[in-house]
Amino acid sequence: MQVNLVEMKPGQSGIISAVQGGRGLETKLSQIGLHRGKQVKKISSVFSRGPVTICIDNFQIAVGYGKAVRIIVEVDNGEKNCPGR
Amino acid sequence: MARKIVLVGNPNVGKSVVFSHLTGSKVMISNYGGTTVEFTRGKLDTEEESFEVLDAPGTYSLTPSSKVEEVASSLVDQADLVVNVVDATNLERNLFLTTEVLERDVPAIIALNMIDEAGHKGVRIDIGKLELLLGVPVIPTVAVSGEGLKDLVDALPRAINKKAEPLEIADRWSHIGALISEVQEIVHRHHSWLETLQDASLRPLTGIPIAAGVLFIAFQLVIGLGELIAGFIEKYLFNGLYEPLLVYLSGLMGGSGLLHDILIGKLVGGEIAFEESLGVLTTGVFVEFGVVLPFLTVFYFVLGFLEDSGYLPRLAVMADRGMHRIGLHGYSIIPMVLGFGCNVPAALAVRNLESRREKFIACTLMAVAVPCMAQLAMIVGLVGRYGGAYLAVVFASLFFIWIVLGLIIDRVRPGYTPSMVMEIPPYRIPSLRAQAKKLGMRIKGLIVHATPYILGGILLVNILFTVGLVDYLGFIFTPIITGILGLPGEAVSTLLIGFLRKDVAVAMLVPLGLSARQFVIGAVVLAAYFPCAATFTVLVKEMGVKDMLKSAAIMIVTALTAGFALNLLLDTIVPAAYLAVGLVTLAIILALIMGNTSDRREFSDIDREAQE
Repeated sequence: MQVNLVEMKPGQSGIISAVQGGRGLETKLSQIGLHRGKQVKKISSVFSRGPVTICIDNFQIAVGYGKAVRIIVEVDNGEKNCPGR
Repeated sequence: MARKIVLVGNPNVGKSVVFSHLTGSKVMISNYGGTTVEFTRGKLDTEEESFEVLDAPGTYSLTPSSKVEEVASSLVDQADLVVNVVDATNLERNLFLTTEVLERDVPAIIALNMIDEAGHKGVRIDIGKLELLLGVPVIPTVAVSGEGLKDLVDALPRAINKKAEPLEIADRWSHIGALISEVQEIVHRHHSWLETLQDASLRPLTGIPIAAGVLFIAFQLVIGLGELIAGFIEKYLFNGLYEPLLVYLSGLMGGSGLLHDILIGKLVGGEIAFEESLGVLTTGVFVEFGVVLPFLTVFYFVLGFLEDSGYLPRLAVMADRGMHRIGLHGYSIIPMVLGFGCNVPAALAVRNLESRREKFIACTLMAVAVPCMAQLAMIVGLVGRYGGAYLAVVFASLFFIWIVLGLIIDRVRPGYTPSMVMEIPPYRIPSLRAQAKKLGMRIKGLIVHATPYILGGILLVNILFTVGLVDYLGFIFTPIITGILGLPGEAVSTLLIGFLRKDVAVAMLVPLGLSARQFVIGAVVLAAYFPCAATFTVLVKEMGVKDMLKSAAIMIVTALTAGFALNLLLDTIVPAAYLAVGLVTLAIILALIMGNTSDRREFSDIDREAQE
């Protein structure tokens, strides 16, 4: 199932399948570790268009709403341990 | 000339800690990215040679997309040797920058920092293999305790210039992925209580009450403890010890005369009054050591814990929604919080924001509506005498200005505010030693930087009064000062001195014999009308002259409007307590009903970029 980070539910995990929003955004996100093929787990989001917090490997990133809806994830609900949560 | 070593690494990996150990110099360190915005310089002497060490601001990549990253990138170009500080708990992400560094034509060495924390987190790294695969020396370090740093220094001569083939982004990640699978193993383990708290402070249901609680406690601590300490100092040190000395000195000088006026100031009812006398040795010394220093010490004590625990980025997440309404995103709450200490470091922290628009909004709002602790301490001490309600009006007015001005600029200023992407550091229990060191640095900074301005400011006041300039300006500006603000003409002198030091300016309101409402107006106008010289210099540098001029115009208009409105309403139509509650409520309602425009603008911008 493909959803964006906002639609994803806290606790779900999946693999980033696309970043919609041009090369600039893709490059920027990629540099900090949010790149295609990367497994992410959603931790929480703040309601009414607040930022989404996700966990990748061992660190957490808060992604503002405007960018979070552009990050598409293939939800797999695989067992994902986030030690650095 | 000494060879240059440049420290590079992702934000918040501990570059500055490594730097301070290598060079013995003191630098500001916190548990969140973006503390170092400008590079810091130091010296390292080894047995063989003496190096110049530069601590670059944290960056995720050497392909610069912000000013901070540009600084880092150009530093690497000038380097004779690069020490890449890598966070062992986040090896994969850190290696992105590492692979970029290894493509540059410069010898490099890797400090694998926080290796202890990695161990606690169940991350096992095969250092020998990593060294082999990267082709440069990798030295495990624990910078906070100094472990491994001697090994790092010893290994400097072994640095290797790899000059690897440049990779495309996608290839770079797959290269790193392959590398990681060979050197890193992650063992499952249970959550600690810190990690449970970490999650709680990011979930809105628990995070918002936590944020409110933290801010409330911080505020109460600073004001309550500040007043307590200031009270003690005034009673025992100033009234008990210092005053008799000054009385003696005053007697020696015959109780009047030019020198007496400058050093001791005017006697009030034949006695020295620390707030009113306006002498260098009376009011000057009292403002700095009796009021500002105690409050600022408590503030920086509290801030130090907020910074080093890693709470501030979580506050930023909680505040993001609200900040978008005034054209900023969550990260901007950090400069605002810093601004309550001193606006100068706050203006520097604004550099972490991406766009010129954000910088403009953040700088302007901060300069107008966030009074520094020096000024706040004076306001709390002096306005507080008229009762809590009047103090509340000052805070409520500034809050109202902050929100409403933000709403307006967000609509008027073209461009958009991008949504944030911010790494959230893990919670760490602040070490007392690091806290003490940081507090000491900040207090020393205050004393060194503020003393000449405070004492010089008082001296200048006396000169201005003596030569009659105050009377002259007071006469010219009477229409504004008296007509609009309802203050006596001499109040113009406080606005002049406010450019030097806002705390001294607030003290200068005392001898004017103002009523409660006048004092409130004076305090709000002084907070908003213009930044002090030190802040102004940094703001010009950060915003550029053109934006600074616009910003200054906004400040002056805002201060006059706010002063006029207060003059019209306070106590004449609305009692203080009601006005305070009313202003806060109105500001929140306005913020809620005026929807934000920035999301829409960001969407259109991303879409446009996507189409190109």
